[in-house]
Amino acid sequence: MGETIRFLTPKAPVLSRRDVIIADLRELVPAECLVHDERALVPFETDGFIAYRRRPLCVALPGTTAEVAALLKYCHRYQIPVVPRGAGTSLSGGAIPEEDAVVICLSRMNRILEVDAANRTATVQAGVTNLSISDRVGPEGFFYAPDPSSQLACTIGGNIGMNSGGAHCLKYGVTTNNLLGVKMVLADGEVIELGGKALDSGGYDLLGLVCGSEGQLGIVTEATVRILARPEGARPVLFGFETPEDAGACVSAIIASGIIPVAIEFMDREAIAICEAFAHAGYPLDVGALLIVEVEGSEAEMEAMLQSIIAIARGFGVKTVKESQSAMEAAAIWKGRKSAFGATGRIADYICMDGTVPLGQLSHVLKRTGEIVSGHGLRVANVFHAGDGNMHPLILYDINDPEEAKKAEAAGNDILKLCVEAGGCLTGEHGVGIEKRDLMRFQFAEADLQQQMAVRAAFDPGWLLNRSKVFPLEGRPE
Amino acid sequence: MRQFYYPRTEAEAADIVRSHIASKMPLRIAGGNTRALIGHPVAAEYGLRSTSLSGILAYNPAEMVMTARAGTPVREIEAALAERNQMLAFEPMDHRGVLGTSGEPTIGGLFAVNSSGPRRLTAGAARDHLLGIRFVNGRGEAIKAGGRVMKNVTGLDLVKLLAGSHGTLGFLTEVTFKVLPAQAETETVLVSGLGEAEAAIAMATAMALPVEVSAAAHLPFTVRHRFLGNRLPDGAATIFRLEGLKASVKARLQTLVSALAGFGPVSRIAAPESRMLWQEVRDCRAYADGTSRALWRISVAPSAGHRIVAALRLEAGVDACYDWQGGLVWMRMEADPEADMLRRLIKAAGGGHATLIRASEAVRASVPVFEPQAPAVAALSARVKAALDPDGIFNPGLMYQEKGER
Repeated sequence: MGETIRFLTPKAPVLSRRDVIIADLRELVPAECLVHDERALVPFETDGFIAYRRRPLCVALPGTTAEVAALLKYCHRYQIPVVPRGAGTSLSGGAIPEEDAVVICLSRMNRILEVDAANRTATVQAGVTNLSISDRVGPEGFFYAPDPSSQLACTIGGNIGMNSGGAHCLKYGVTTNNLLGVKMVLADGEVIELGGKALDSGGYDLLGLVCGSEGQLGIVTEATVRILARPEGARPVLFGFETPEDAGACVSAIIASGIIPVAIEFMDREAIAICEAFAHAGYPLDVGALLIVEVEGSEAEMEAMLQSIIAIARGFGVKTVKESQSAMEAAAIWKGRKSAFGATGRIADYICMDGTVPLGQLSHVLKRTGEIVSGHGLRVANVFHAGDGNMHPLILYDINDPEEAKKAEAAGNDILKLCVEAGGCLTGEHGVGIEKRDLMRFQFAEADLQQQMAVRAAFDPGWLLNRSKVFPLEGRPE
Repeated sequence: MRQFYYPRTEAEAADIVRSHIASKMPLRIAGGNTRALIGHPVAAEYGLRSTSLSGILAYNPAEMVMTARAGTPVREIEAALAERNQMLAFEPMDHRGVLGTSGEPTIGGLFAVNSSGPRRLTAGAARDHLLGIRFVNGRGEAIKAGGRVMKNVTGLDLVKLLAGSHGTLGFLTEVTFKVLPAQAETETVLVSGLGEAEAAIAMATAMALPVEVSAAAHLPFTVRHRFLGNRLPDGAATIFRLEGLKASVKARLQTLVSALAGFGPVSRIAAPESRMLWQEVRDCRAYADGTSRALWRISVAPSAGHRIVAALRLEAGVDACYDWQGGLVWMRMEADPEADMLRRLIKAAGGGHATLIRASEAVRASVPVFEPQAPAVAALSARVKAALDPDGIFNPGLMYQEKGER
């Protein structure tokens, strides 16, 4: 595929010293924790944004904060670019390396250090996977709330980098709302701690700044997160509507009624067909849109909330109502939704967009998205978190057809511009990475971007950390 | 103070800032001035206030988002929300009681100090609800950060950075924030007569139950009489709030009451009194005492709060009450603030921070009001300040002393 997104030109003095650098780094991490063999580097060439790949200078897999500090100190001294990496599941290219960069991959730092039930916190190393926190605290009746789709694989460090969300953030918020503290290493190798077990941190909210900074402000090595009491039960209900507009209006009405479900998921006709063919979840095929609404609590609570929600849906001409009477039926309702990306991947290649729009703009943006994509001669399936306006149109194309690939990228850019024009933003939970970097000027004025970059430079004056990402390459401060 | 500016537009504010950069005359940033006594005294002859930047700009209840000019009175915002049965879920504190100030708190001022009440324990702080801002930076430029949608990871989160920066990084002109449906039902469960350590255990127990306790506070016997006009039962009061739809609250109430029965006598406070009680907890009614005796706001791990107070009691005369499951301690000193001793104890108890929220001007001039930071964090914070306000024009020295000062 022809690349339209540029990377910075690799630093020649770094490339020419590759052997020296590798020899030096061997002194800083155990030999088996330094990857430099060409073939062994292949898995690190890209992340979840597979259309782009770059072979890094080498990959270091530190086991301690001290090793991360030593690596960064060395790279800072010789001005060697660094790309932090967790599990490499980024959908925006946030972990894609560069030829002159040392990748610092935290996957070996995967220990849960402490679970503090009385204060409801867990302190973990950055390479711990998202789901393993809930697995660990589950027996004590707790869970960790942010649940990105990749939660089986993605790491907490990556979640902090991208401020990850998930299906349940309507009620529980995203990573930044559940993060209490970090230990991190700055670009020059200095180790700092921000926050802790207290609910707010003193001084400037540097923790809030670090969360979602896409590995540009430092490398997080440990995190303290909030864990919550697990609700007694959760139960979804499935609604089929004649049109996406009816479904969108129903979402607004549910929220206006004062009920905040834990999740409201939306699928359009194309997505329903794809998921049903794959998962046989029993989704109705004769509807224009489907909502999965989930509530939590005791039996009595859930029953009361679901009945209110069903009554609201009836006001919008709902065609199908499917309540789950058992855990099996609940699982079936979710099965189709959860397999959406996999099922789509089976019939075509796709790029997944991530713009967020104000709830009142959902119908308009959905309609225009369809027009934009068909205008480029492609198809689109929409599956997304309707309660928070975070849309995920999947643009279907053939990755081996360079023309189609170009069209898909163009359609994606048009959709993101549409989201910004509708009062929304480029990315709700996947991050800017390289994917949306060159669109930043659609959302921000020059002074806004310069201000962000000045703050970035307060952390990393030499622009060594993940330097090709987030900010457009043109117009960076000298 | 020689002069206050009351700009009517963001452009006017930017002009004022630029002229002050040129003349190197710092500006005291404020909204309604009700929280102006928090922090070190600021040496500025001129004040820049947001109160003429007032009015709700956009409010769509179905989107649960509001945009308002920074100087809009909080009272006006809350009235508009109440009309549509919504609320600021983080329950912002009104500081007038403890600080003895008057005037109208503004929405910008509230976010500038990241003011959050009892529901912060479960619903997040002010900073968690702030979605977007406009502000004038220390170069006199109008800057936009964030947006008006709930999920947004586009670029650096300057919104969180400005929240809680006490006007030292920029002059807020507009804020966009998340709002939530008001709670249909509110009930309070009260356990009487617990000591502070027992109360900490009771609160941790309740918060680990799947009943969604939305707030948990402990009012020791020394302050109990100051709440609800002395109508609470005798002895210390450990209080738990349940909120939500009627059916939900009813179902959870039973579970909570039976889980707490083993700790002490349990009673219930119904909706209207409940609402008043939590408002009094929010505003720290215990120490809204018309004095300027040193008052600390201590934020630590919930189980550490009472330990720090117990240790300090051996050395100094203190009186304390607790919110956020014990993690937010309001502590009034009989005499000296004992800042060094307190901060040593906080460190020993696992860390956190203490802010001297109230003290005489002389004390605030000599005692570090905000928690001193580790050298590397302090250096980083100074660089961040310089990235927004390179000439140190905004509220110089209010949070931390800047290079070359004093």
